[in-house]
Amino acid sequence: MTHISLKVDGTTYEDDVEPRLLLIHYLRDRLGLTGTPIGCDTSNCGSCTVDLDGESVKSCSLLAVQADGGEVTTVQGLAHDGEWSELQKAFHVRHALQCGYCTPGMIMAARDLLREHPHPTPDEVRHGLEGNLCRCTGYQNIVRAVLDAAEQEVTT
Amino acid sequence: MTEAVQREVGRARPRKEDAHLITGQTNWTDNISVNGLLHLAILRSPMAHARIDRVDVSAALERPGVIAAFSGRDVAESMGSLPCAWPVAEGTVVPDHPPIAVDEVRYAGDPVAVVVARDRYTAADALEAVEVDYTPLPTVLDIEGALAEDAPLVHSDKGTNRCYDYRTTDGDYAAAKARADVVVTRRYHQQRLIPSAMEPRAVVVTPLAASGEFTLYSATQIPHVLRVLLAVTTGIPENKIRVVAPDVGGGFGSKLQVYGEEVITLVLAKRLGRPLKWTESRSEANLATHHGRSQVQDIEVAARRDGTVLGLKVSLLADMGAYLMLLSPGIPVLGASMYPAIYKMGAYEFSCTGVFTNRTPIDAYRGAGRPEATFAIERIMDDLAAELGMDPIELRRHNWIRHEEFPYTTIAGLTYDSGNYEAATDKALALFDYDKLRAEQADRIEHQDTVRLGIGVSTYTEMCGLAPSRWLGEMRYAAGGWEAASIRMLPTGKVEVITGTSPHGQGHVTSWSQIAADVLGVPFDDVEVMHGDTMLATQGMDTYGSRSLVVGGVAVHEAARKVVDKARKVAAHLLEANEADLDFADGAFCVKGSPEARKTIQEVAFATFASHDLPDGMEPSINAEHVLDPDTFSFPHGTHLCAAEVDTETGAVRIRSYVCVDDVGKVVNPLIVEGQLHGGIAQGIAQALYEEAVYDEEGNLVTGTLADYLVPAAPDLPEFVTDRTETPATSNPLGVKGVGEAGTIASTPAVVNAVVDALRPFGVRDVRMPCTPERVWQALRTGKEASA
Ligand code: FES
Ligand code: FES
Repeated sequence: MTHISLKVDGTTYEDDVEPRLLLIHYLRDRLGLTGTPIGCDTSNCGSCTVDLDGESVKSCSLLAVQADGGEVTTVQGLAHDGEWSELQKAFHVRHALQCGYCTPGMIMAARDLLREHPHPTPDEVRHGLEGNLCRCTGYQNIVRAVLDAAEQEVTT
Repeated sequence: MTEAVQREVGRARPRKEDAHLITGQTNWTDNISVNGLLHLAILRSPMAHARIDRVDVSAALERPGVIAAFSGRDVAESMGSLPCAWPVAEGTVVPDHPPIAVDEVRYAGDPVAVVVARDRYTAADALEAVEVDYTPLPTVLDIEGALAEDAPLVHSDKGTNRCYDYRTTDGDYAAAKARADVVVTRRYHQQRLIPSAMEPRAVVVTPLAASGEFTLYSATQIPHVLRVLLAVTTGIPENKIRVVAPDVGGGFGSKLQVYGEEVITLVLAKRLGRPLKWTESRSEANLATHHGRSQVQDIEVAARRDGTVLGLKVSLLADMGAYLMLLSPGIPVLGASMYPAIYKMGAYEFSCTGVFTNRTPIDAYRGAGRPEATFAIERIMDDLAAELGMDPIELRRHNWIRHEEFPYTTIAGLTYDSGNYEAATDKALALFDYDKLRAEQADRIEHQDTVRLGIGVSTYTEMCGLAPSRWLGEMRYAAGGWEAASIRMLPTGKVEVITGTSPHGQGHVTSWSQIAADVLGVPFDDVEVMHGDTMLATQGMDTYGSRSLVVGGVAVHEAARKVVDKARKVAAHLLEANEADLDFADGAFCVKGSPEARKTIQEVAFATFASHDLPDGMEPSINAEHVLDPDTFSFPHGTHLCAAEVDTETGAVRIRSYVCVDDVGKVVNPLIVEGQLHGGIAQGIAQALYEEAVYDEEGNLVTGTLADYLVPAAPDLPEFVTDRTETPATSNPLGVKGVGEAGTIASTPAVVNAVVDALRPFGVRDVRMPCTPERVWQALRTGKEASA
């Protein structure tokens, strides 16, 4: 068992974990933060994407102990005072989700993308989301949503 | 007076169901946890075909944290065979299908043992300690090879790999062929696909020991059907089983199933008296969740020189995989009615042979039989056009049913109620700029450009609303296809809609709210829609085959109409008026000519709750239920056009533009319709260009993870231009036709037609799917040789 300390969505947690415990299982099974789902076992689908210290990471490809001392944001930490983030709003308005399974990961990856490219082209959005698979939407509405959110950031 | 309420049906409402999905307040089956929960892991066969000589779980049992471990033999008694509900032809061979293999494994991935442990890591680790001795048996992997005299048998006790033969004919094909100027014969291959819903399957069972009741949560499309069949399979009475489909992360047919894991989890939770969870890994999903397609299609079309199609002959070999799942034999036959598609012809001959192989079972995958049919007919129409030197669109125009000819009964015996192929096609051609692209294509040919342009068309129709129970009975399907809806008006005037459909991304909550809000004249936000729990939605046939709106949505409409009818009686009583003198608009009953004499439906709801003053003999509620069993299907249609650039040096295909105009009848929510189309088109393109389940000669699945099985990502897909025409269905009061599978059905042939069209000048007549650079390059080489 290894001791870790981690801030997740604004709350600090101290825990003893097995060294092999994946960050995604720590979040889901230990903290009960089940807003971030798991879609694969090869780090290909991106549904488990969260933000670790300002970078989006696939939380299934990281051990909980590797995140020790860090700050994690999941989709559950995005809304403030009940107000959704611009990306969340844009996903809703653009119908950028159907089953919604990929959505937390998509939103977290898109957030990172917009941090790096605040004014992306549609192609940049498509390439920026390459690591996140969606089986329902055909991506087009996701791309539109991300572009919309980028626009909002400029005007607000 | 209030302003007229904006009609909800037709409005692009963002979805109600998004709020919890966007904020991570989700209820996926794997999120469910209860005190004392144990975890189940499954050991799967590494071999495609082998005799099980010994399974020893004792070492696994010694591991700390392991609670129990079982072989197939240990549990065989408490589990029946997994059901097949569609023995589509007389004499269909239905092999025994144990949830855990007992004597023999028949595909790589077949379960052989289970371990139950305190947590999922311990359970997964303990699988390594289970010892299994196998004697390898010869395998049969190839669909055609399976029928050879000396082929090894998948089920030796059955003495054959032939599952069934099905035939249907109308008209005299031989005579049509004799009269024809041109006969085009082709063999197409429908590769095996892995449905790949993003949420892997999961099951949680919580037992209530004292009463012998069980709640089973499953990532399933079919909670109601599952409940019935779990009872049949396990002997646990149906009224002791509650099935809940919580948030379900996509299905595409792959969760339309009674899976061994559901049976195993239920039976072991019962045996252990503890709550139990099983969650599939992606590798397990690729191995053991059913696959789709996998057919060899021989198709022949006979035509006159002017393009008139005289007849069609189709003969299929359909892979069943190692076992029959719920619908396996019926899937290819579901396509039988769709090969003649939108074309008039005088003769049709269809035959299909189902074949067992040592591979993962095949069952419904988005479109289920109809994409396969549409692919073959739309591909061969292009080939026929090429043979005749006709423009492929002109050939289609020459043969299709004209809009004034509806209703029209096709040679396959289906009556299409309405449609307008001309309108959709003309609109699509204009959006696509067809003539300009043809000019560019010619230009590239003239300049011997190494990157060629191809134009692919697909004018599809679909058969939605899988329902007519009578038809299903004639097709030897074990159940009906009706759908149930009930509506409760609550004392405060809010509305609960309970639907038997079980969505997994289709947006039923929003669409059904729109439908109910319109009929009842209440605000959209006052309607709640509940589903996916057999305790709540007590009746249903669930969600698959683009049936939800046409059957389930229309059932909601009808239930709402019954509520209004009853409310009218109460309102008339309260207003001391004749029912016939009441107008109902914007949610209120008014006495004709005296608008002040008025009762809102909410007031009526409260009055029936209080029930102080109801008409004599009236039951104190205005709830209503409707179970709808339509007489017929619905037939959306559309025209999809694809322009693809094919690099003749590298074989790379790039979709340059994709345009479609679909006619799905009356649209309830344009946003949702467009979204469904996008997703469908993406899956169809995936079949055309990227995806294939590949096995090695030993029968190991080579594409066992998302690293090897290429589900397209955002950069792999183009922008889609979508538009619509709207020809309402005449077979239901809403005029709706369904949309879930349209994109997938239409897009695969459009894309492959484009690829082949680009390569025709090189003598290429076909490229096998998926049209990977390697396949394209190969086709170019053989094409060039052929034309040299
Ligand atoms: S679950 Fe992490 S990438 Fe798929
Ligand atoms: S919305 Fe279903 S996987 Fe993306």
